[in-house]
Amino acid sequence: MGAKRGRKPALRHPQDDLLRTDRIPHIWCSGCGIGTVFSCVLSAIKKSGHPLDDVAMVSGIGCTGRMAGYVKLDSYHTTHGRAIPFATGLRLARPQGKILVCSGDGDLLAIGGNHFIHAARRNIDITVVCVNNFNYGMTGGQLAPSTPFNARTTTSPIGCPEEPFNFCHMAAASGAVYVARWTALHIRRLTDSISEALQKRGFSFVEVLSPCPTSFGRRNKMGKGLDIVKYYHDKSVIRNNIDPKEATLDFSTNLVVGKFVDIERPTFLDNYQLINKRELPAWPASTDKGAGKKAAGLV
Amino acid sequence: MAAKTVLTGTHFMNGDYACCEGAIAAGCRFFGGYPITPATEVAERMSSRLPDIGGIYIQMEDELASMAAVLGASWGGMKAMTSTSGPGFSLMMENIGLGICTETPCVVCNVQRAGPSTGLPTLVGQGDMMQARWGSHGHYEIIAVAPSSPQEMFDFTIRAFNLSEQYRLPVMIMADEVVGHMTEKVVIPPEDSIELVPRRRPAVPPEKFRPFKPDPDGVAPMASFGDGYRVHITGLTHDQRGYPVMDAIAQEDMVNRIVGKIRNNLDDIIRYETADMDDAEIAVVAYGIAARSARRAVREAREKGLRAGLLKLNTVWPFPEKLIRELAGNVHAMIMPEINYGQMVLELERCAAGRCTVRLVPHAGGSIHSPKTVLNAIETALKEA
Repeated sequence: MGAKRGRKPALRHPQDDLLRTDRIPHIWCSGCGIGTVFSCVLSAIKKSGHPLDDVAMVSGIGCTGRMAGYVKLDSYHTTHGRAIPFATGLRLARPQGKILVCSGDGDLLAIGGNHFIHAARRNIDITVVCVNNFNYGMTGGQLAPSTPFNARTTTSPIGCPEEPFNFCHMAAASGAVYVARWTALHIRRLTDSISEALQKRGFSFVEVLSPCPTSFGRRNKMGKGLDIVKYYHDKSVIRNNIDPKEATLDFSTNLVVGKFVDIERPTFLDNYQLINKRELPAWPASTDKGAGKKAAGLV
Repeated sequence: MAAKTVLTGTHFMNGDYACCEGAIAAGCRFFGGYPITPATEVAERMSSRLPDIGGIYIQMEDELASMAAVLGASWGGMKAMTSTSGPGFSLMMENIGLGICTETPCVVCNVQRAGPSTGLPTLVGQGDMMQARWGSHGHYEIIAVAPSSPQEMFDFTIRAFNLSEQYRLPVMIMADEVVGHMTEKVVIPPEDSIELVPRRRPAVPPEKFRPFKPDPDGVAPMASFGDGYRVHITGLTHDQRGYPVMDAIAQEDMVNRIVGKIRNNLDDIIRYETADMDDAEIAVVAYGIAARSARRAVREAREKGLRAGLLKLNTVWPFPEKLIRELAGNVHAMIMPEINYGQMVLELERCAAGRCTVRLVPHAGGSIHSPKTVLNAIETALKEA
């Protein structure tokens, strides 16, 4: 935070080639987990080996949404909730290369929730990284679709009366081909997961439980950023390959993390090309035609 | 055999289909939309035409997503469009603003129906004219064209794409239900006679490129995803590098640019037609389908020996301020029939600035003006003169 805006830091960071260093210092608070996740995203991009000119990042609005402003890639900071549909257009217009959508829980799953499930259903070939800090951090800490029941936020001052979504379950149920969840302290596993997600063809989803000491942590007396991420990590239990429905976030017992889904399924473009070859038999399949009438004894 | 892109020839075609053919002839290869009466036929025809010519049709989950996908596709390097009507147009407003702020070329066709709210889904209206101008928050300039026939749906859609590439912004086609659904003769010219404005690409290497540094005409070249320029774009107020800058100076620079590139090129953008205006005492100023009623009324007035003329606005935004100021000094009155209770007539009054009488011929929507209604207004205005 000490450097003046625009001045290049004296020491080079290992990820400098992927950063817009002239935009540092960043806006994230001390103790925030987004920087750690951002670093994992950058490592994963490098690890994936894709030519950097062929990788784009799209984000929405919010603290995590600012990632797109610091990464030295083609990067698109869009409107609140609309990162995924913007990325859908970008993907379909240019099928080559990789597209990451990096945004927060509120952006992706409240205002953008409808787009999330439909992009997963269509199996749009993008990798979505959701930094889940359990609240709307940028606006000062309001309740989100991730806020645990009874947790305090500025708009649930007594306690959140709503039950949260299980994002991983929703992603899997909507058709995502890769689903994983880690905390911001699972550096190696998180990096590996994002890297794996980038290798997938289709809609891949990685959720990261991340501390927001300034807004969420403060109102719930959770301590400093490091205390919070340590708490998440200590509470976490790795359950790879379990049914995402069972991958619950229960602060009274444990926070289930791991890789839950890794499957293959044709992407939107695969199917678009297949259909437009006009080689498929008409729907419904001929053997099914008249099945209803036969069953009713009419034929 | 590959499908034809430009369907050169004479067709009997509805306006919504003609819009599609204009778009395809203009190089549009991406359509993201959502079904809505009376614009559904645009989506339907695009869904059958685009796959065969290397294009993408995607039906999004709503109009918010449609507009966002169109912007994404434009940054992916394709010419892109969507079509909608009133309720969908309302939903698109936020991302139209993102398109303005990030200077993203694309086209939005609004086949207007009568509102407010769900209104009359299957019947005509012109109630979105001010929404087209001011519907997204903040201050900006917009370009909108208003076709009055299927032929103009074809011609103006090509022009809308050209303007969007020339000035880098979402351009609106403010059609309406009657124009969209009526079937008339549409002549599609040979492909090589259609003039297209290609996307302006960076002329400097990536290390020297500033994504929002304008050329002398006020418009910056555009680098697509994968071109190697690694641009950052944002809906935040930004500088020429595309970087967010949160202060009044950057705000003034950016707003000046997005407003100036339109205001400084009005003569290139604004198009209109006139009929019987040389000695006219009464000017009927109209756009879109209302211009058809107006044309008939003016002809009938002339048959009666009344000195009326027609000014048909083909570009509605930016409004032809200079033209109207001059005209106001030469006529007794200007009459504007529009299928709303007074929208573009407010601009007419502003530009006439009291130098002539300005009369609205209102219509709440659901049908078009009877030419007789417009003729009556001409006769009343002449009596008052």
